[in-house]
Amino acid sequence: MTFRLRIDPIGCDGHGLCAEVLPELIGLDDWGYPVVRRSDVPPHLERAARTAATMCPKLALSVRAPASPVELTPSRRAPRKPRGRDRVQP
Amino acid sequence: MSATITSPTDWYIARGTGLVALVLFSTAVALGVVGVRRWRSSRWPRMVTAGLHRSIALLSVCFLVVHIVTAELDRWIGLGWLDVIVPFRSHYRPLWVGLGTVAFDLVLAVTATSLLRRHLGHRLWRAVHWAAWLLWPVALLHGFAAGSDTRSGWGLVVILACVWLVASAAIWRVGGTLVDRARSARGTAPPLAVRLPVPTVPPTVPARQLVGSTPRSSP
Amino acid sequence: MTAVDLRPTAPTSGPPPSGRLPRLLPGTGGPGLDDHLRRWGPLDAPVGQDELERSGLRGRGGAGFPTAVKMAAVRAAAGRDRRRPVVVANATEGEPASAKDATLLTRNPHLVLDGIAATARSLGADRAVLCIADGSAGPAASAERALAERRGSDTVAVEVVRTPDRYLAGEESALVNWLTTRRAVPTLTPPRPADRGVDGRPTLVENVETLANLALLARFGAAWWRGLGTDEEPGSMLVTVTGGVERPGVYEVGLGFELAWLLSAAEAGPTAGVLVGGYFGTWLAPDQLAAAALSRASLARLGASPGCGVVAVVPSSGCPVAETARVAWWLAGESAGQCGPCVNGLPAIAGALVELVDGDPAGTAAARVRRWSEMVRGRGACKLPDGAVGLVLSALDTFGDHLEEHRRHGRCAANQGPPVLPLPLPRVGRFPAAA
Repeated sequence: MTFRLRIDPIGCDGHGLCAEVLPELIGLDDWGYPVVRRSDVPPHLERAARTAATMCPKLALSVRAPASPVELTPSRRAPRKPRGRDRVQP
Repeated sequence: MSATITSPTDWYIARGTGLVALVLFSTAVALGVVGVRRWRSSRWPRMVTAGLHRSIALLSVCFLVVHIVTAELDRWIGLGWLDVIVPFRSHYRPLWVGLGTVAFDLVLAVTATSLLRRHLGHRLWRAVHWAAWLLWPVALLHGFAAGSDTRSGWGLVVILACVWLVASAAIWRVGGTLVDRARSARGTAPPLAVRLPVPTVPPTVPARQLVGSTPRSSP
Repeated sequence: MTAVDLRPTAPTSGPPPSGRLPRLLPGTGGPGLDDHLRRWGPLDAPVGQDELERSGLRGRGGAGFPTAVKMAAVRAAAGRDRRRPVVVANATEGEPASAKDATLLTRNPHLVLDGIAATARSLGADRAVLCIADGSAGPAASAERALAERRGSDTVAVEVVRTPDRYLAGEESALVNWLTTRRAVPTLTPPRPADRGVDGRPTLVENVETLANLALLARFGAAWWRGLGTDEEPGSMLVTVTGGVERPGVYEVGLGFELAWLLSAAEAGPTAGVLVGGYFGTWLAPDQLAAAALSRASLARLGASPGCGVVAVVPSSGCPVAETARVAWWLAGESAGQCGPCVNGLPAIAGALVELVDGDPAGTAAARVRRWSEMVRGRGACKLPDGAVGLVLSALDTFGDHLEEHRRHGRCAANQGPPVLPLPLPRVGRFPAAA
């Protein structure tokens, strides 16, 4: 299973630690923001990728398994149980 | 069981590890503070600053734990295990020792959130990490006032060095941030060529219809 | 009458002829409810998913996403999460050159409200919102009047919400964000609004023109609705023609209508270039106009797309590159300021483009524009950098010869008159500085 790098562009503040830890996969643009050159992480760089993700001051870099075919992105919070008016009528 | 006379070893270890923990902790705080300015050179990348900050902080926690345990074991101070997290209950200099307890509570919060950062998310981690600004002065006061070595001689030198370390880091950071902000607030004005006032489409434009679709074959 | 017959049972004389215009724009009569009912009859059916799929309707807000797919996604999410969805009608029209949504709301508000009602019923939504920009006083007043006329007759009462006058305020995720947190900036997608939108509920965000089309679909079915346009791209669309034309305005045309015919109907003069699709769109050179028709397929062959239906003509007395430079500066200032590449890259690109207009004395401006454009593309949370870059590169590619003239003589002689592409009046304040 190949892991993929993903950068949250809103969270990223261009600290650039990821490019220092993982220069093989991440470079910096003219303004110090990371450019992912290759998003698939080869096995020998998996550990470095996880370090880079941990070191990111904004937690903007994530290393994850490729998304499942279902379109929904699993969120940390489960869908709220329906209450009152919200409940769908059978 | 009656109180036994404890060896002074615990007492000395408690004092020693306390000072070391304070020095390490001040270094970690200073590193964290200057890290915000994003300083880097070809031989000192940012991950070194970040990595040292983390390692030294964790090391200082280790020394802190030894400091607390040995202080606990020393009967003369008269701390119970509950006093480790509930402040101002000791018999020996209750206020200043109590401050140490407060500092330790904050250390627990900061350390736990930092270790669990990936699971808690950035915002929660950051909110708790701000407590470090409170944590350090409290720890310093505890060290200065509750400690036995710190009011004279080399102990005082150590305390002053810690103050200098963190204060100069803070001044470097805050001053630099103000300068950066002033510089970017000036902004970039659009060049002359584009400053002309421009027409906008009038809000009630005439609406016209064009019968011009290609003839349809039946579906 | 079979169970799937969705035509109204009210005593009208049946659906109007299918292949005739106008549909979305009112032919005769005013915007009032009586005129509307006299023209179209009452609406008492929701939009069936099958009819929607058969119709092939695509969104008219600019992205052209198939409406049936979006509605199916919202329906699925609502079933999966067991929550009622929200319907959001997007009339923000942040595109400065476009006036079609304002015109639709002012002239035919009831068709839009019918579309909202039909969609809400079809999805089982319990909340419907009509979003109008703060600056659009006329359309908002018209919408409020129309709502007052309908009070009580719709199952879901439509709420009018005003949005800030910013380009990105109408972006799908930004609109949802505004409704949820009062911050009109785009959010990271996934999750898309169809899965998790306003207050975390599955949300259908559709342009008001799309909803007006849905109202007609609900009444008369897919077969009728496909009576206009082409087989692959059915229906009609609203086009805003502006710039160097004698008769600017909002035109309704069947899809596949030839651009040259539209321009002659609008009495366009000799042109230096035509911008199609809005400020995220593409420039067409004068010699490309003959081959262009208002459809995705035809424009795709020219590297363009209908977008939000803007056709802006730059007369031959104007300079399309200078116009692009101005629009690029404006787009840079419209950045939400969340993503580094956009905040830094767009002003840099705009600055280099202005240097190009001035004749590129350093000789590196074109290279810098291309380099930064590739650097910035796809690296924002929303499509602003992509759209701006697309516009800029299209100007460089289409007007290469003209740029040669700029290089030789500095500012081009053509750029004499006032600028043609509309932009909101300059805001007080400055563009974000590059870091």
